[in-house]
Amino acid sequence: MAEIPILRIGDCLLVSIQVDMHDRLALALQDDLTQRIVADRARGVMIDISALEIVDSFIGRMLNNIAAMSKVLDAVTVVVGMRPAVAITLVELGLGLTGVRTALNVDKGLALIRRIIDNPERDDADRER
Amino acid sequence: MQIESDDRMPLRTSDDVVRVRQAVRARAVASGFSLVDQTKIVTAASEIARNTVDYGGGGELRIEALRNGQRRGVRLTFSDSGPGIRDIDQAMRDGYTTGNGLGLGLSGAKRLCNEFDIKSTAGSGTTVTIARWT
Ligand SMILES: Nc1ncnc2c1ncn2[C@@H]1O[C@H](COP(=O)(O)OP(=O)(O)OP(=O)(O)O)[C@@H](O)[C@H]1O
Ligand SMILES: [Mg+2]
Repeated sequence: MAEIPILRIGDCLLVSIQVDMHDRLALALQDDLTQRIVADRARGVMIDISALEIVDSFIGRMLNNIAAMSKVLDAVTVVVGMRPAVAITLVELGLGLTGVRTALNVDKGLALIRRIIDNPERDDADRER
Repeated sequence: MQIESDDRMPLRTSDDVVRVRQAVRARAVASGFSLVDQTKIVTAASEIARNTVDYGGGGELRIEALRNGQRRGVRLTFSDSGPGIRDIDQAMRDGYTTGNGLGLGLSGAKRLCNEFDIKSTAGSGTTVTIARWT
C-alpha cells in the first residue's frame, strides 16, 4: 500500500490525493498529517482533490477531521480542485464541509491560506456572516 | 422494461467497496449516463456498499442495466445477512448513526437516486435497492 506523499511549500503542507482512496490509506493520511503539522510547524494544509472522481461521506468525514485537527494545531485547511460534478453531488448527499475552506486550484489555495494566516480575526468575522 | 445485463460481485472488504465504485462507474458510462449522473450513482453506491461491509458483515452487489423505451437505467441491489435494522425510519434520518459516521449514507443515497428501497429484518439481514435513470 503506497502512502500519500506530503509536500512542503514554505509553511504549508500540500497533499495531492491521486488514487481512489482505500479506507486504511485515509486513516493513515490523517495520522501522517498531524505529525507533519507539528514537526514542520506548518500553518496551512492544502488538500488537492482534483483527481478524486467522487467524495462520499467517508472521504468527507476525513476532510472534516483533518480540518478540525489542523485547527487545534493552529493550522488552516483548504481543499482545492474539487470537480464540479463532485461539488453538485456533495450538496445532494447533504455533506457540508464545515470548517473546510475551498479554493479553485493550488495557487488560489495558497493565497487564501496566506490571507487567513495574516488576518485571522477577519476570517472569523467572515465565517460568522 | 428490459434487463440488458445482470452481474454480481462480492462485497466483503473495503477494497471491494473500491471495486464496486469502479464497476458501477463502468456500467453507468456504458449506459450513457452524464458525468453528473455517473457521479451521483457511484457516490450512492459507495455509501450503501460501505454500510453492507461495516454493518451488514459483508454481502453481495447485483448490478443490472435497464432499458425502458428511450431511457436507460442502472439498478443496484445490495444484500447482506447481517443483524438487520430494527427501526428503518430512524436509520433513514439524516445524522442517525450507530457507528461513528455522519449518518448520511442512507438518506444521502436516497436523495442521489430516482428509486430507493430498503428491506430489513432484525436478525436476518438487509437489502437496499437503488436505481438511477438517464
Ligand atoms: N446493511 C446494514 N445492516 C445493519 N445496519 C445498517 C445497515 N446499513 C445501515 N445500517 C444502520 O443504519 C445507520 C445509518 O446508516 P447511514 O449509512 O445513514 O449512516 P452511517 O453509516 O452511520 O454514517 P455515514 O454513512 O454517514 O458514514 C447505521 O449507523 C447502522 O446502524
Ligand atoms: Mg453509512
